[in-house]
Amino acid sequence: MSDATLGTSSTVREKQGKERQGRSALRHLSLPAGARCASPILLFMALGFLAPLLTVIGFAFAEPRSFAVFESFTLRNFAEIFNPADTVWMSFAWSLALALLTVAALLLICYPIAYGLVRVFGRWSSLVSIAFVFPLFISENVRLYGWTLFFINHGVLDGLLAGIGLSGPNVLFTPEITLFGMIYTYLPFMLFPMTLGLSMVPGDLIEAARDFGAGRLMIWREIELPLAMPGILIGALLTFVLAAGAVAEAKILGGQSVIMISHDIENAFTYSQNWPRGAALAVLLMIVIGGLSMAVMARLDLDRILGRR
Amino acid sequence: MNMTWTEQSETARMGAGQSETARAGGGRPGEGADRPALPVLQLVGVSKRFDDFTAVDDISLDIREGEFLTIVGPSGSGKTTLLRMLAGLEQPSEGNITLRGTLINDLPARRRPTCLVFQSLALFPHMTVGRNIEFPLKAKGVSAAERKARALELLRMVRLPEAYYGKNVMTCSGGERQRVALARAFAYDPDVLFFDEPLSALDYKLKKLLEKELKDLHKETGKTFVYITHSLEEAMVMSDRIGVMRAGKLVQVGSPDAIYGQPQNRFVAEFVGEVNVIGVTLSNGAWLSQETAEPVRLVLPQTMAGAERAAVVIRPEYMKFLAAPGDADNVVSGRVYNEYSLGSRIQYQVRAGERVFLIEMSRSQIRPGTGDGEVLIGWNAEDAIVVEA
Repeated sequence: MSDATLGTSSTVREKQGKERQGRSALRHLSLPAGARCASPILLFMALGFLAPLLTVIGFAFAEPRSFAVFESFTLRNFAEIFNPADTVWMSFAWSLALALLTVAALLLICYPIAYGLVRVFGRWSSLVSIAFVFPLFISENVRLYGWTLFFINHGVLDGLLAGIGLSGPNVLFTPEITLFGMIYTYLPFMLFPMTLGLSMVPGDLIEAARDFGAGRLMIWREIELPLAMPGILIGALLTFVLAAGAVAEAKILGGQSVIMISHDIENAFTYSQNWPRGAALAVLLMIVIGGLSMAVMARLDLDRILGRR
Repeated sequence: MNMTWTEQSETARMGAGQSETARAGGGRPGEGADRPALPVLQLVGVSKRFDDFTAVDDISLDIREGEFLTIVGPSGSGKTTLLRMLAGLEQPSEGNITLRGTLINDLPARRRPTCLVFQSLALFPHMTVGRNIEFPLKAKGVSAAERKARALELLRMVRLPEAYYGKNVMTCSGGERQRVALARAFAYDPDVLFFDEPLSALDYKLKKLLEKELKDLHKETGKTFVYITHSLEEAMVMSDRIGVMRAGKLVQVGSPDAIYGQPQNRFVAEFVGEVNVIGVTLSNGAWLSQETAEPVRLVLPQTMAGAERAAVVIRPEYMKFLAAPGDADNVVSGRVYNEYSLGSRIQYQVRAGERVFLIEMSRSQIRPGTGDGEVLIGWNAEDAIVVEA
């Protein structure tokens, strides 16, 4: 009897203990406020970004020409791409080369404009900014077809020149016009981060440097450029990533005189219905762009440049 | 007193082996040795207009070699614009600025032997303390080894440890940044240093310390300092001469004693500190105060010829509580409204009608009660100053 009572009381105690444990476990499970607030975006990113990315990576290692993702593992897609007989490397080369040229050209083109917006145009600078933003309201393809009409035989330029007895330049459907299209399309993406970067250079630092006898070149090299560098590097990175994935300029203005890597990826997923090959190309492109970006980001120590450390 | 000091600083300058030729050229032979040389900077009728706003209005001023001149004025009085013109960061709209006799109106800042310490200090945030200090030397083309040696020397001069050479300037405290900015300005080795309220962002104690250090540095280097501030207290501590600015005009220039003791008008008197200023008008040969409850006839120490209106300035420490109406030349009756402790002194606010009088006395003196009773306050004629209304 006493044993039994003891038994029950011990089980009750055990139960209570378990409950208490359970409750405290729940308390451990309950997330801090920050994590709870972040959970919607985390969920969204997991479903909308991470899951498709993992699927693409999965497809990259699937049997060629199959749709069986996560069922097989093979490197044959990569073997095909790296086979010297396959000419897809040329697309990689064109994409990266044109992207680098775009960034280089934009650095040179945008610096004077950004400088003007920050230090010269004064109250006109917002108007100039709007002029640069405005084309973004129109679809990129429409703008590129507009340029085609401008440059095409009997188009705007050719037609106008014909009026004075000249003929327009035959520039359409070349790699050069592809580069022109890319520079045109991505200009705002370089210009605005760069403007922001330059506007972060305090005016009194430049005045102080001038007061200390520094010439224009020294002020530019020692004060303006280093302090504007975060904006410039972000602009360069942004335009490089966008330009490396560009496809419309080469198709519309370039008339496929150059095949960009994104074009090859698109083809693999559509016409040739070879999803694993497209996925493998996409993974390679991600590695190349990601690697280059990481290399730049590693050198771009924002805190250090901004002097917080 | 002032002269003795100038001579001292002059010897210091010579001792430091600085531009003796410039000085020799400036000094006029034949005139007495006590006659100061040509002013290092001279302003003649200088004005600066921005669109329809006149920031600096017809200022003429001689800045003497080796002096510590402070320009004080409330914000918006044009003192920063004046300084920027002297530094070469703005061009005057009218008038001439000469440096040792040479017109420098259009000489850009980088070619002037002057240097401005900005209110923001304008330290280069991406550089170490050492590189900041070396910047003016680098601009001059001094070799790296020499630059470093000079930077370390300057760090010692502004009382910073040499280890700070490699420190990121943004990790320095407010006071340390002041010192770095000073060292950098001295690295330029200017003849004249301009200061645009560099101490305004610091706490009181540190400010007091740096004010004294700045004055010491002025003495040690013998350079000409032109300092601007809105705080007269700061100006009093450091300056040999003070110029008071108001609405673009220089209303009075003089030694701290002169500014304090003989203000020329009501504005300067009120700017100098808490004073009692009473407007008076001449009526039937007597000066009457119009600001007390009922007009009170006042005895003035001196009168201004031909003036119908004037202002009488009485410092709170010259006002006293009276036992009987005959104890002072001028008597006003009122009620003690409040008392404030100023540390070693106590200030009383006495109201006579709408008019408020301030009276200051030391703690040891017998103090009146702060009850509702009527008290008599007053001052003797010789303790008051008459200024333009």
